[in-house]
Amino acid sequence: MNGLRADDQDRNNDHDHDHGHQAVPSDVALRVKSLESLLVEKGLVDPAALDALVDTYEHKIGPRNGARVVARSWVDPAFKRRLLADATAAIAELGFGGAQGEHMRAVENTPTVHNLVVCTLCSCYPWSVLGLPPVWYKSAAYRSRAVIDPRGVLRELGLELPDHVEVRVWDSTAELRYLVLPERPAGTEGLSEQELAALVTRDAMVGVAKLTTPPAVRTA
Amino acid sequence: MNGIHDMGGMHGMGPVCRETGEPVFHEAWEGRVFALSFAVRAWRKWNIDAGRYEIELIPPADYLRMSYYERWLARLVQLMIKRGLVTREEVEAGRSAAGSPKAEPPLTAERVPTMVRSGALASRDVPVSARFEVNQRVRARTMHPAGHTRLPRYVRGKIGTVERDHGIYVFPDTNALFLGENPQHVYSVRFAARELWGNQASPRDAVYLDLWDDYLEPA
Repeated sequence: MNGLRADDQDRNNDHDHDHGHQAVPSDVALRVKSLESLLVEKGLVDPAALDALVDTYEHKIGPRNGARVVARSWVDPAFKRRLLADATAAIAELGFGGAQGEHMRAVENTPTVHNLVVCTLCSCYPWSVLGLPPVWYKSAAYRSRAVIDPRGVLRELGLELPDHVEVRVWDSTAELRYLVLPERPAGTEGLSEQELAALVTRDAMVGVAKLTTPPAVRTA
Repeated sequence: MNGIHDMGGMHGMGPVCRETGEPVFHEAWEGRVFALSFAVRAWRKWNIDAGRYEIELIPPADYLRMSYYERWLARLVQLMIKRGLVTREEVEAGRSAAGSPKAEPPLTAERVPTMVRSGALASRDVPVSARFEVNQRVRARTMHPAGHTRLPRYVRGKIGTVERDHGIYVFPDTNALFLGENPQHVYSVRFAARELWGNQASPRDAVYLDLWDDYLEPA
């Protein structure tokens, strides 16, 4: 059942619809172009700054930042203690912080506790360590259901949790932004910090996936 | 406000689906709206809470129909008009009014890395005492402000336990309306899933919300 017509839903449900190959610019694209030229003409924005912002969030700030934080916490117990006590300061040690990461909290998954992050009221997300949020995180379906039916949402996303595991849902209602520390996969004792970081996925740091031992390690 | 944005616990929104590829921006205009919103904030004509409130003011049917960055575009236009950066006529014409002065953009490309890296702190270093302490039982107030609030409907009237005191932060309900920052303590409060949803929820699960002093009372 889905009566919504939002683009977010269209994108989720209609994979054949390719927005990137439109021959004619959409109405919204024209409105944005017109607005940008107005703001440039009035001296309210610098187009080079806009280019730099798009480039920053398309190419420079993303989940690889968070993956480095997680990998460090796996190999350095003292760092992990600092991270759980004051995530903002610990993450700054790796050089990450700033917009939508000014106030951070890290929450740790264990064999008996699984953490899941949502923002039911808008789409708050830790940009500084994960980049901008994916469409599903911003969707009405995720925002409405993550708090009332977290296990059902996780099942739909491919993660079935046993009954004995406690699910903690973190609704980002204030300016704290949440990073989930996934469990370190078994069999990865011999990997370097850099190799470990390559195993960490964005979904695991939001709490909608667990990490598995990579095949290369399993067969080694 | 009891708006459509306050979605926690609603039914009928469909399944959670992933998209293939997950581009950061699906079309160029999404990136431009994101960047325009970021860059115009450098004029400091409004705060983050006013920005969230403006999205909440989008009529519910439109809100559901619009994509995330379409909402951002609507917000940007409305706030720029309300706060006097542009006029509605200028937006409709796509040109500045005759004789209007040209400003100097506060955010240049050179300053982008610094602005991204520094962000904007919502915490305040002022002496405000905490009304609650860790492990204390609290009740989220039953209240229905027509303006902006970050107290979701699904938790109002429910009893939880203070898990952590995050310190002192700007209070969104007043800040969104430009009525002052009213800084106060924010706590992480744990609510048992069954307290919120009844027996359909797992007896083990919990939902944590970050709540300001003014949202809570002793329980």
